[in-house]
Amino acid sequence: MRKPIGWSTIIIAILVAVSAVLVWRRDGADGVLDILTHDLSLFGGILPRVLAGCLLGAFISEILPHEKVSRSLGPKSGLMGLLIGTAFGAILPGGPFTAYPVASALLAVGADFGATIAMVVSWTLIGYGRAVAWEIPIMGTDFTLWRIVISLPLPVLAGALGRFVYVRLYPKPLAKDDEN
Amino acid sequence: MSAALLIDILLWGSVLGVGLIAFRRGPPVFKASLREGSMDFINIVPRIALGVIGSGYIAAIIPQEVITGWLGPDSGWLGVATAVLAGAATPGGPVIGFSIGTVALKSGGGVPQVVAYVVAWALFAFQRVILWEIPFMPARFVWFRCAVSVPFPFVAAAIAMLIGKP
Repeated sequence: MRKPIGWSTIIIAILVAVSAVLVWRRDGADGVLDILTHDLSLFGGILPRVLAGCLLGAFISEILPHEKVSRSLGPKSGLMGLLIGTAFGAILPGGPFTAYPVASALLAVGADFGATIAMVVSWTLIGYGRAVAWEIPIMGTDFTLWRIVISLPLPVLAGALGRFVYVRLYPKPLAKDDEN
Repeated sequence: MSAALLIDILLWGSVLGVGLIAFRRGPPVFKASLREGSMDFINIVPRIALGVIGSGYIAAIIPQEVITGWLGPDSGWLGVATAVLAGAATPGGPVIGFSIGTVALKSGGGVPQVVAYVVAWALFAFQRVILWEIPFMPARFVWFRCAVSVPFPFVAAAIAMLIGKP
């Protein structure tokens, strides 16, 4: 997937260090330790799911037919590719530990940024998982359904905008998608 | 059965399913993807650790009142813009995000603003980006995805203004 350390990781690490110092100045060492122990247990809890996500991504990128993916989700897949990405994001089960590894696998086997953006945005905006588990119980059915209806066009629009910008930013296909 | 257990069963069931398909393509294919997946896992763990532990500290220095304050009865496009910022800056998981949205609705926040808030939270909530999206996806994709998503909470608010309340 990616190099372990890149600019994004460094920026995040700096942000974290600054925040930790601010917490320390406000709450003392106890405050820093409290958050650390809480988050370490959280970390232990999600590790198995992260492993499952990584395996899922690896198997999927192995078994997906590359030509078919680049034909139906690649740069030349048109509106149909964006619609397929949107539909796929909407029906994808699980949480972030499935959505992002699968999106990353699609990217690796020939989907373009546009279709992958449509998929990720669709998963987060119209995917049923979070809506059923959290949004309906907390915000109510009326608001949630109405919010989803409003969001329906957004994944395709975001994917189209992504594609539009991408071909202008990177006129030639890059050899390797990686951090920069 | 708890939701977490259901999610785990679904998740590992899917892994088993695609693993089986890979295995039927031949043991070398299976072994190669198993190795690939484990290597990805080893590479991702430090980034997830940084994300989980780090976002706890970042969240601790963002007072929740600030977020709720940004979602007041302030109407119009300025209200939408602050709602978008509030969505991106909201710490914590879905319970916190949606609860803040509900509180805003009940305390007189405008509906288009709350829609913009929920959509912005879904698109940009910093904890999900740091903890999940950046570790799993190419960083270039993540920044690109976030950048092209910026107009869409505003589009959602505009649609909400046009079609009215739920």
